[in-house]
This record gives sequence, structure tokens and C-alpha cells, in this order.
Amino acid sequence: MLATIPVLAIVAVLVFLMLRLTPGDPAAILAGDAANTEQIAKIREGLGLDRPLIVQFGIWARDIVSGDLGESFYFKMKVTALIGQRLEATLSLATLTILFAVSTAVPLGVLAAWRFGGWFDRMLMGFSVMGFSIPVFVLAYILIWVVSLKLGWLPVQGYKPISEGFWPFLRHLILPSITLAVIYVALIARVTRASVLEALGEDYIRTARAKGLPESRVLIRHALANAAIPIVTVIGIGIGLLIGGVVVTESVYAIPGLGRLTVDAVLARDFPTIQGVILFFSVVYVVVNLLVDLSYVFFDPRIRY
Amino acid sequence: MSVAAKPAAGAGPVLEVRGLIIELPKGSDRKLAVDNASFSVGRGEIVCLVGESGSGKSVIAQSVMGLLPKQLPVAGGSILLEGEDITHAPLSRLRQLRATRMSMVFQEPMTALNPVMSCGEQVDEVLEEHTTLSPAERRAKILETIREVRLPEPERIYASYPHQLSGGQRQRIVIAMALILDPALIIADEPTTALDVTTQAQILQLIRDLQARHGTGVLFITHDFGVVAEIAQRVAVLRLGNLVEFGARDEVLKRPSHDYTKMLIRAVPTLAPVGRAADPGAPVVLQIRNLSKTYIDRGWLTKRREVHAATAVNLEVRRGQTLGIVGESGSGKSTVARCVVRLIDPTSGEVLLGGQDIATLSASKLRPLRRRVQIVFQDPYRSLNPRRRVGEAIIEGPLNYGLSRSEAIVRARKLMELVRMDPASLERYPHQFSGGQRQRICIARALAMEPELLIADEAVSALDVSVQAQVLGLLEEIRGRLNLAMLFITHDLRVAAQICDHVAVMSQGHVVEYGPASEVFLRPQHEYTRALFAAAPGRDFAFSTDPR
Amino acid sequence: MATDKTADNADDALSTESADVMRYESAWQRVRRSWSVRIGGCVLLVLLFIAVAAPWLGTVDPTLFDAGSRDLKPGQPGEIITLDGDTIKHTFIMGSDSFGRDIYSRVIYGTRVSLVVGAFSAVVALAFGIVLGLVSGYIRWLDGPLMRVMDGVMAIPAILIAIALVAMFRASLLSVIIAIAIPEIPRVTRLVRSLVLTIREEPYVEAAVSLGTPTWKIMFSHILPNTVAPLLVQGTYICAFGILVEAILSFLGVGLPPDIPTWGNIMSEGRSQFVTFPHNVFFPGLFLAATVLAVNILGDGLRDTLDPKMARRA
Repeated sequence: MLATIPVLAIVAVLVFLMLRLTPGDPAAILAGDAANTEQIAKIREGLGLDRPLIVQFGIWARDIVSGDLGESFYFKMKVTALIGQRLEATLSLATLTILFAVSTAVPLGVLAAWRFGGWFDRMLMGFSVMGFSIPVFVLAYILIWVVSLKLGWLPVQGYKPISEGFWPFLRHLILPSITLAVIYVALIARVTRASVLEALGEDYIRTARAKGLPESRVLIRHALANAAIPIVTVIGIGIGLLIGGVVVTESVYAIPGLGRLTVDAVLARDFPTIQGVILFFSVVYVVVNLLVDLSYVFFDPRIRY
Repeated sequence: MSVAAKPAAGAGPVLEVRGLIIELPKGSDRKLAVDNASFSVGRGEIVCLVGESGSGKSVIAQSVMGLLPKQLPVAGGSILLEGEDITHAPLSRLRQLRATRMSMVFQEPMTALNPVMSCGEQVDEVLEEHTTLSPAERRAKILETIREVRLPEPERIYASYPHQLSGGQRQRIVIAMALILDPALIIADEPTTALDVTTQAQILQLIRDLQARHGTGVLFITHDFGVVAEIAQRVAVLRLGNLVEFGARDEVLKRPSHDYTKMLIRAVPTLAPVGRAADPGAPVVLQIRNLSKTYIDRGWLTKRREVHAATAVNLEVRRGQTLGIVGESGSGKSTVARCVVRLIDPTSGEVLLGGQDIATLSASKLRPLRRRVQIVFQDPYRSLNPRRRVGEAIIEGPLNYGLSRSEAIVRARKLMELVRMDPASLERYPHQFSGGQRQRICIARALAMEPELLIADEAVSALDVSVQAQVLGLLEEIRGRLNLAMLFITHDLRVAAQICDHVAVMSQGHVVEYGPASEVFLRPQHEYTRALFAAAPGRDFAFSTDPR
Repeated sequence: MATDKTADNADDALSTESADVMRYESAWQRVRRSWSVRIGGCVLLVLLFIAVAAPWLGTVDPTLFDAGSRDLKPGQPGEIITLDGDTIKHTFIMGSDSFGRDIYSRVIYGTRVSLVVGAFSAVVALAFGIVLGLVSGYIRWLDGPLMRVMDGVMAIPAILIAIALVAMFRASLLSVIIAIAIPEIPRVTRLVRSLVLTIREEPYVEAAVSLGTPTWKIMFSHILPNTVAPLLVQGTYICAFGILVEAILSFLGVGLPPDIPTWGNIMSEGRSQFVTFPHNVFFPGLFLAATVLAVNILGDGLRDTLDPKMARRA
């Protein structure tokens, strides 16, 4: 649990090294193909890239600890401000997706485990393989084509902040959330099914049945309660997949969030922004998983910190 | 839901099983799990269902409760609970009957309780489901029952989670759960098999007392004839799904009529030691001096915890002799064995092998000496690499010590004959052999190194009693023929009595008693040794000694 | 204990021991009987054939374009100019894009990139993961630091690592494969490490230790063979993921250069005209989804048959 701090430190080092040790020279890329060596050198000096690596890292680390992620080359503003600007859209999209995914996937997984090998189970497993296999953007286009273009039920693209009213806000997020949720539902449903199935094979389930308890109680109070830890764990780990999905989904649906920012920054070779966003996403991932670890106490009396 | 209507307490049996037939899934090694079994359990009577693994005894237990998986359908016969035919009763009816008229105690107390629910809540579920009592009344009744199964501090136990209790305490909770609604029948499926012998004795006593006080009928399933002798009034013997013998305890145990029963009872080792007089002139093969092993658990920021697995152990084994180390789980007996083989490194002390201390030798210096000590493990299913042929396993060691392949194979074939297996088995994979056969292969693998000391770490504990007797006989024969020193680790006093010349009794890492087997068994000095012997089930019972 | 032979034989006849010997099928037999393996494997073989035989499947050079054949609907006939300057008649089965390139040819050739990237990213990730996992499982003092670094890599979402690395490297086939493989290495490492730590404790490995078998030999003859099945399964999943990520990179415009026909590139170029010409996105999307699905089904089949323990885990 306290391992979070070294992990965060390692993430910082990795993010730093990733953009410094790869063969591309940021200054050269930034200067463009027409620039001569002198211009490149000047830019390099301006960015502090001429100093030793360790010094660069020291400065960078000091800055991020004090909450400064540097200034964007391309957007010409503080990266932290940039992230703040884009946060609402991504956070709304992610929250809606997680709520939708967890509330559908867990019951589906439990049901499939209960009727293991039956038609429902096989259907869910089939759906889940497809969910893992269909690329996010292909799914996005299918949904846009059917729901927005053919049926005209929902807007094709765009984002409305919640300040412009809840309904427009929601309408613009429904398709992106469904798109993003599919892989997440597939993942959570699969793990729920597997861990409930495993719990159902345990001796205490036989005990519960021998007590004459109804199946619903056996399933929820005994099987699901014991399967909770793998399920919350995968919800936490799935955040990684979700972040990857956000990058693509926001691009397709033209949502001005952090995912879109990442792509724009990469296309513009805007290194401070790339570093900042990756670091931000990683910290979110680590913190979410820390919370997940802490939640174990709540699910299992055997675990204590 | 209310308590299921109690039929008038008639004179008929609590449970009657008539011509029960249960099918096995297609592709199994036989067609029926249970073939035409008939027996009954009277009111206030304990009936033991005995059999080896695969005999179908647990299947019968589960079929009565209606807990059989779909793959094992009841294909014929009937099951009558207090006169009511429940063979094909709907689930709703079975649910009413479970815990109220019949209940079950399972084998593994460690896993039979839900780990994330407090013990009190788990018992409470029974009352909540089957009675209309108020929460306060339920709580009072639960506390009373916890007291009745002789658990201390009922309030604390009520709030405890299973992992906070010992195995014996958990089994008492399971019994409380089974008993709380005063059912007519309790089915106990190997309820003491997973427990240490002293705990087993207490639980058996508890079951006997409670069943007498409540007049409950008990169907007690076990593989252990000692337990049968201890607890049964009537006994049914199962072999491969066939009920071969059913009768009063003394009848079956003392004058068995079926050959199978005779064979089983003959295989039960007696508690009388057979240890021969030690030859004091034989050279000492292994000497353990002041051996200690301490595990230090140094978690990140967690408190440093020390576990003394073995403390100041002193033992010696001479050529041609067998030293038994006897103890309950956690006594440190396996730790000593593993230190001698150097699978783990001792914390302090000496392990002298023919005078040379190997306790602290480096891996490279140790390698030439490894040949001299070989070990056979408990679990025959995990002791052989599933992906390598038996022959490969046996010649692996000799090849390491420079024997040519062809020489090693010749040796392997000879050894297979020595352990009474077909040399053609060398070409086969481990999964093609039964547990007993695998254990023979493991013995052959150990012997291929021509060791001076053979360690058997619970080597017969996972085997059925008849197979156990065969493997024990084999070990004894080999020790004699090759004049080996043997270190025999076991928790089973009967087995120890059968094979050991000297015995060391271990408890909590210490050797509490050490001497010739006859001395230790017949005149135990230490309090713990006496308690251990007193707890051995069926110790006073004279089994059939009829040779055939 | 009975010592005379006749008694022994009589007891053997009564013994019920043979009953616990189960009928056994080799893993390979089970794999071949699995429908998932059959279906997934067949689809992949077809795709492999398409990739190898691309030039002979009625395609034209996928980089050819013809201003006169822009934005054709699927099935429309048109013309295309070859590299030699000749104009030939060509039917655009899947239509054409806004440059007048043949979508069908581009999709067929795109199979090559996807399969190569999927297979090699799995191979690279497995190779590094196996070495690091063995090191971590056997050299205990390296275990802590190494696993912390792996935790760090795992904390950065995989796609972000891939995007950032490709952006820095200037995308080429090799850099894309490496960028996809790197975030997968920690998962393989962890798997191998946990397998090593579990198998090390097996009695048959302990027996080998007491038989004086050297550590390197134990590693190769006892431990590694028992990791093959789970690693094969893991490998198929990495392959599926690699194909997906490559397509995402191309789609976002940070992957392989647009002149190389990849499914992601075709879709990326079709995006702007999606409302009028959805086929530019759907045809490559269909191939992509079918390929990934086949690999995943194959993986599930292998997992269920080769590694039943893992199948129960998830």
C-alpha cells in the first residue's frame, strides 16, 4: 500500500526517460524539417535540453512535485491549466461509463455463473469475446451510423458541458459511454462470472445449501460476497483500459477532453503536454488502485492493514 | 418460513435407504457411483458408512441431503426420511427439510464456513430461514447452542469470523449450525479427518454426547476404522459403490464376513509396537545436534514475527534402523526432515551425515553429498513431474552423478522390480498410475541414488488403508534388504507403531519424548505423549485378528 | 503385514485402488477437439493465406490511385493508372477512397501489417517477459526492484505508452512492434514469475533438488515446460491486443505512415467522409474485428483446454 509512493516515483522516471531516451530529438522535431543546426541548438538551449540528463530530471521532478507540469509548446499555456480545462468532459464520460458498466456487468456475470454452461452463460461469454475484439472506433462508427444517422435519436458528435443543462449534457454522452463501456462490461462480466463460479465451488456454498437457504441468498450473500475482491480489483485495473478507450472515443466523438488532448499533443509533438497528460493519467490509475486495495478491508475481514 | 411439520415420532428408522442406485457421468471408470445400497439409521443411533476413496460414501451422504450435482442422478431406489420419501422431492421441500429434519457436518472445517461472514450470522441464517423467532430470541438461542457445543465466551465467538477460530472450534460452529433446530438426522461426512488427533477425540466425544442427549440419528461417514470402533453402533462397508456388509459394530469389526472387509481390517495397523531391539554396534548414519529452524517474517513496516518451527532437536539414526518422528500438524516434524535434505537451511545446529556436518555447506559442496539422503513426499500426485516419463524421473539422479544412460536404465528396471512394478512402466507417464503405484515409483526414484538414509515424509498418509499397508510393507522390506537407515515422519500413531524402531514425539518444535518404540508406546513418560495416545481413536478396541 | 505372496495377490484383487486412475487425453488431443480452437484457427489460416497471396487475389498495387475513380461506391467499375502509366479497368469491390485508391486492395494488403504486428509484438513481449520473469523468480535480491519497475510500467496505460513511444521513434514497423510490446512485458514477467514461484514449491522440483540436479537444469527440464501452456495462451491475447493497438495508432494518425496500407490507416482516411461513404470505415473495420475475434477465440480455446486452472481464474 505504501508501495504507492515508490511506484509513483518510478512512473515519473519512466515518463521522463520515455521522451528523453528515445532516438527522436524533441528540439529537432519542434524546429521542423527546414531548421538548421543553429536554430535547433537554440531551441534545445531554450528548453534546457542541453544540460545533463540528471539535472533535467531534477528540475522536472522539482517542478512536478510543486504542481507545475511546464508549459505547452503548442497551446502556449500551462499544462496544468490545460488539463484543468479538459478534465470535466473526460471525468463525466468516465464516471458515466463506470456506473453503466458496473451496474450491468456484475449482475450479468453472477447470472452466467449461476447458470454455468447454459444458454445465457454461453451468450454472455460470446458477447464478452466480441467485446474484447471489436475495436472501440469501429464500434463507435457503427453506433453513430445506426443510432445517429439512420435513426436520428442522438447527436452524432460533440460535447455540451453540464452547465448548459443536464439533458443536452447527457444526450451527448450516451453513445460515447456505451462505446467505451463495452470492453469494460466484457472484462468485468467475465471476471465476475469466473470468481462467482469459483466461489460456488467452495465448501461453504454446500454448507449454505445444506442449511436450506434459498438460491438467491446463497448466490448473493455467500458467493458474490466472497467474489467481491477479484471484481473490485478488475474494476480498478480496467481503469487502464478505460483510459486507453477514452483517447480513441473522444477523438471519434469530438469530445474536448484529456484523451483528445493527448492525441492533439502527440500530433503536434508537444512534449510537455504529452508528459503531463501521461503522468496525470498514471497518477489517477495508481490512486484508483490504491483505493481499490483499501476497499479490500471492507469486503474481507481477513485483510487488515 | 416455518418449521416443517414434524411427523409423529414413530418407531420407524430416521433414515431408510433402499436399493439406492446413483449413476456416474459417461466416460467414468465405472457406470454407477452407488449400486443398489440399502441400509437404515434408527432414532438415536450412530451408523458408520466406511469405505476407501471412490467407494461412493460421500455420494450417498449428499444424495440424502439432495445436494448431488446434476451429473450424478439417482437412477433407482428410494430414500426415506422419517417415513417420507424424499428421493425425488422438489427442491422447495428439500429446503424445508434441510437444517430442520436433517442436517450435515462437513469434512473441512477450514472451508465449510463462509470466510466473510461472522460465525453468529451464519448460524443465524438457519433460524432466520426456518423460524419466526425475533432477532433477540434468535440471538439468545444461538448463544445457548454455542455454549452447548462447549465453546468458550459465546458472545465473542458469535462475533468472530471463521479465520479467528481454530479448526476444532470451527467444526463446533458447524455442529452448532447442524444441531440448532434439533433435526432427526445428522449426516457427518468425515467430520474429523482434517483435524489433529487430540481435537478429533474431542469432537467425536461431542458428537456422541449431543446425539445421545437429543436422540438424534447420525450417519457417520469415515475411512478410519479406529473412528468406527470408537463411535459406531452399526457399520456399513462400501466397496466401489457396492454395500458389501452391514451389521452391528462388533459383528463387522470382529467377525467380518466379506473378504473385502477382512482385508481392510487386516490392513489397519495395530498400536502395538513391533520395534526390534536396536543393534547398538551399527554405525550412526545421521546425527542431528541442536538443530533449530526459525522463520522470520519481516514485512515492510509490519512487526517482525518469529516462528520457531524447530528448536534444539537432537536425534540419531543408525544403519538398518527406522526412526519415527511423530507429531500433530505444526509440530515441526517435516521441518526437521526438510533440514536434513537441505531443502531448507537450518538456522543453527548440526546435521552430521556419516560424521560430516552438512547444515551449512554451500550448494556446490553439498551436491556430492545429496546422493546419500533421499526423500519420499506425501502427495503422490505432485511428486512426479506430469510431463516427464517415469523412466526419466528415475534416471535423473544417477545421470547427475555421472552414470551413463544405459547403466541408469538397467538400474531403473531392477528397481521397478524391487518395488513390484512392471519395468515397462518406465515408458509411461505418471498420470497412468494410481496413488499407491506413484508412491512406489517415488521410492524407486529415491533408491536409484543408492542412499544411506531414506526419509519418508508422511509418505503413506495420502493413501487408502489397504494401499497404505502395501507401501508400508514395501518400505519395511527394502529397509531390511538394503540395510538402510530410515527417517519416518508421520502423524499416525498406528503407522509409527508398525514400522519404527525408535520414536521421537514432537510438539511445537520440540522433541518431547525420544526413545525405543516399545518404551515410548508402552510406557509414555511425557504428558503430551500420553494425551496423544489417549486420543488415538479405537485404541482399546480389539479388531479381528483372524488371519483369514 | 502380510508377507506371503498369495495373501498379497488376494489383497491386490480386492483393492479398489485402480479406481482412481482416470482416463486421460493428452493436451494436444483436447486442443484439437475444441471448437474454439478449430474456428479461431481456421479463420486465422484463411487470413494468413490472404496475407501471403494478396497480389493474386484480384488486387492492384494498394498505393495506386486515379483521380477519375474517386469516391466510388462498393461494386462500381472504374479505371486505375498503374505505375507504368497504363490505365486499366478495375472493379472496386469495396469502393474507392477520396484519392481514388482501391479499398479492396488496401484492405487485403493491410492483413499483412496486422498479422506481422500481432505475431511479433507477442513474440517480443514473451521473450523479454520470460527472461525477466525467470530472473525475478530465481534471483531473489533482484526480485523486489525489478517488480517495482514493472509495477511502474503497468501503472501507465498501455495505449499511452505505445502512442508516446511511436510519436518519439517516428513510426516504422519495428518501432510500432516495440511500442506495443513494451507495456505487455510486465504482465508476462509477472505471469512467469508467479509460475516459477509456484512450480518451485512442487514436490517434484524438490525431489529434483535432492537428486542433485543443478538449478539451470531444473529450470529447463522441470519449470519451463510447465509454463508453456499459460504462456501460449497469454501470447494469443497479446497478439490480439497488438493488432488492436496498431489499428488504433494508425487510426489516430500516429502510427505507420499513411502510404502503407493498414486497416487503421484506411479508416483514418475514411473518417472525414464517414457520413456519405461509410464503407471506407466499415470494410477494414470488419476485417479488423474478425481477425481480433479469431485470435481471441483461439486464445480462449487454448486456455480452456491447455490450462484449465487459469480458465477458472478468468
